[in-house]
Amino acid sequence: MEPCKVTHNSETHHNEPFIRKYIFSVDHKIIGLQYGITSLLFLFFGFCLILIMRWQLAYPEEPVPIVGSLLGGGGILLPEIYNSLGAMHGTIMIFLGVVPLAVGAFGNYFIPLQIGAPDMAFPKLNMASYWSYFIGGVIMVGSFFTPDGPARSGWTSYPPLADIEVGQTIWLIGMVFLITSSLLGSINVITTIIQLRAPGLTWMRLPFFIWSQFVTAFLLLLAFPPLEAAAVLQLMDRLVGTSFFLPSGLIISGEQLAVSGGGSPLLWQHLFWFLAHPEVYVLILPAMGIVGEVIANNTRKPLWGYKSMVYGVVFLGFMSFIVWAHHMFITGMGTAMSSFFQTTTMIISIPSIIILSAMFISLWGGSIRFNTPMLFALAFLPMFGIGGLTGLPLGLAAADIHLHDTYYVIGHFHYVVAPGTIFALFAGIYYWFPKMTGRKMSELLGKLHFWPSLIFMNGIFMPMFIQGLAGVSRRLWDGGLEYAHASGVLQWNEFMSVSAWLLGLAQIPFIINVIYSIKNGEKVGRNPWESTTLEWVAPSPPLPHVNFEKIPQVYHSPYEYSVPDREKDFTPQNEPIKE
Amino acid sequence: MEIPYTIEERPDTGLINSKIGIWLFLASEVMLFGGLFSAYVFLRLGAPDGAFHEWGQVLNVPLATLNTLLLISSSVTMVMSWASLKMNNFKQHKIYMALTLLCATGFLVIKYFEYSAKFHHGLFPATNTFLAIYFTLTGLHVLHIIGGMIVIGYFLGPGSRMWATEPEHFINRIETVGLYWHFVDLVWIFLFPVLYLL
Amino acid sequence: MSIHTTTDIKSHVKVYVMVFAALAVLTLVTVGATYLNLSKGEAIFLALSIATVKGSLVTSYFMHLISERAMIRWLLMVTVFFFFVLMFLLTSSLFDQVNVL
Repeated sequence: MEPCKVTHNSETHHNEPFIRKYIFSVDHKIIGLQYGITSLLFLFFGFCLILIMRWQLAYPEEPVPIVGSLLGGGGILLPEIYNSLGAMHGTIMIFLGVVPLAVGAFGNYFIPLQIGAPDMAFPKLNMASYWSYFIGGVIMVGSFFTPDGPARSGWTSYPPLADIEVGQTIWLIGMVFLITSSLLGSINVITTIIQLRAPGLTWMRLPFFIWSQFVTAFLLLLAFPPLEAAAVLQLMDRLVGTSFFLPSGLIISGEQLAVSGGGSPLLWQHLFWFLAHPEVYVLILPAMGIVGEVIANNTRKPLWGYKSMVYGVVFLGFMSFIVWAHHMFITGMGTAMSSFFQTTTMIISIPSIIILSAMFISLWGGSIRFNTPMLFALAFLPMFGIGGLTGLPLGLAAADIHLHDTYYVIGHFHYVVAPGTIFALFAGIYYWFPKMTGRKMSELLGKLHFWPSLIFMNGIFMPMFIQGLAGVSRRLWDGGLEYAHASGVLQWNEFMSVSAWLLGLAQIPFIINVIYSIKNGEKVGRNPWESTTLEWVAPSPPLPHVNFEKIPQVYHSPYEYSVPDREKDFTPQNEPIKE
Repeated sequence: MEIPYTIEERPDTGLINSKIGIWLFLASEVMLFGGLFSAYVFLRLGAPDGAFHEWGQVLNVPLATLNTLLLISSSVTMVMSWASLKMNNFKQHKIYMALTLLCATGFLVIKYFEYSAKFHHGLFPATNTFLAIYFTLTGLHVLHIIGGMIVIGYFLGPGSRMWATEPEHFINRIETVGLYWHFVDLVWIFLFPVLYLL
Repeated sequence: MSIHTTTDIKSHVKVYVMVFAALAVLTLVTVGATYLNLSKGEAIFLALSIATVKGSLVTSYFMHLISERAMIRWLLMVTVFFFFVLMFLLTSSLFDQVNVL
């Protein structure tokens, strides 16, 4: 592409009407921002749902303050609404919050920039992907306003319950849109990374973030379709009266269900977890990628063991397809199958630990800058560590039989996703905000956001391990009030709920920070963090539609920090090394 | 804005973007039908011995054979329409595209008669798990056929204007459409014995 | 694929016609085989083998996989591998069930 052509084109694009420029844009940066804003709003919404549920757990059957009048039932959170909120919390946080933020927003915005491309490979497909996501989101939120209310069968939608419970049809339709969006997005990401790398940017020169997004896209591409198949089958069950997931002779409220039977609820679980286990890695891999970038930049050192991290992330992606049935140990699985899945589950912890260890070792001997993005990235490491290590007992059938469906499981995966992935996403927002807006976010407000968040996150999730080990089920509307074995650990419910509400308050500095810094943050140039990767070569914010004045040429590996005998302590990838 | 490698191949991969894009899409389709095929196997093995075979006797094998031949024909006309463009014979290309559409329409008509005969005899998806998976798999396949027909119709009609302005690009697009269409044929090649013959 | 010349394509066309004939014959063979008195196992094996041959013909020649770049073939090998993982693990879990359906 010739430079003169580029400037000509970018000038014509300046005159685009508002609706083309900001609403139905094909520019990956605008689409990335659309994804970012929408998914942050969904994260906030999903978080609010759990804040309501935590009231019921802390003070069972007392009227909920503030929003109580919306809930009916005299302000008390009724069991069926509790179930709805639980199902929608899971669905919204995963499919409408974290994945779109990690892949849709960060992936869209920074993949082309980090590989030196003018845009994604298929800009129109990119737009279609966002709007498909948006429609899926509207359907999910819209389900709150239908007479039957939203789905009640958990985000896992296990039949037979999900086949017969109200609200599920609309959930399935919403999911079809979300799955379509993910598929279009992942096709785009993979093609972009394969085809649009800048000259000289070979595979082993790719930033770790790009590798993590590449593997993530493959997981989305190959794991989501079986869930789409399962969603179609469940829709058939609900709308046409088939019995894919309904066994023969099913009795509901004392009456035999009038269906042909012959189906299997386990079929759903297999197809669901074939997606949903790789989905766990979809949630965590982009987070690892972001943390890798932030750590390399703020330790002023190359990532330790870059190659082993890359091989680790590829192996992790591969293995994530053959561990799924460790979610199903108590479904009557025989010893041969459960041995197989226990073995693969133990094996998959190896690459995770390689990556985590490499990041820890990267800190060694670095001159660390403790700015806000780095604080979040540093917090990610032990938080993800706790989440990962507490997962090991769940991967072994003997321990899982005791811990299955208790609060221990909730604690485990929230440590991975909430103080893990979401902290990494915050790190990404603070780190790349200057690139997106040309201004830095406030450090003071950033620290006011970070420290309380860290404390309250642990305040919420650490006691869950205690409750879970004591055997408290995760699905109890009253938090375990009726069970004698739970009585010794119930005092934690109030503690966790208060922590959750305070965590909500701790996000206020973040919201203020974002709004304030867009207009009033400290102005910065192209490369405020003195980083080496290509996104910092482009102007801040990058040029509409073309990103770079001229596509950069890449000369060396991504993290050349503090190389001895060089003038600066960082050498951007597009600067030739002078001998 | 111009995205690199939409028309010319990237030197180190030897591929254009759309080629990778369509194959990735087909890969996801393999997994979509993979999910449904595994559901079929799962349900068949879980059903009483021989039940699936017995339930399958209601299907019309001669009609399905005819349909198989129609789809195979449509696949060969599709690839011939691409080859005609390569030989710079636009008129022949259009004829082959129209023939592809014709075969596809024939397939749908036969499928319609098959379905309505089933409904007429009171055989519905809810009747048993075999018919449930039969209607789901073939129904989804029919949706793919209809989607393909819309795209082929577009390139036969308004989309074909591109031949005059950007012939290389147009050939690439026809090849992409062809890849999708052959995949739809491929799915049927497996659906036919699995549902009708076993 | 700009490397192709018109003569190349003409030889392709011959191949396409031959593949078409083979597909048609195999279709009739697979239908004909159902009239033989094969055991259940044999019938399944035969039908799936013929389908696989037909599928390979379509992918190799109509979809040009036989001359396609390595990257595409790698992608498909990974996909097919996971396809079989899904089929195989799902089915084998059915045989290793404490309470069979």
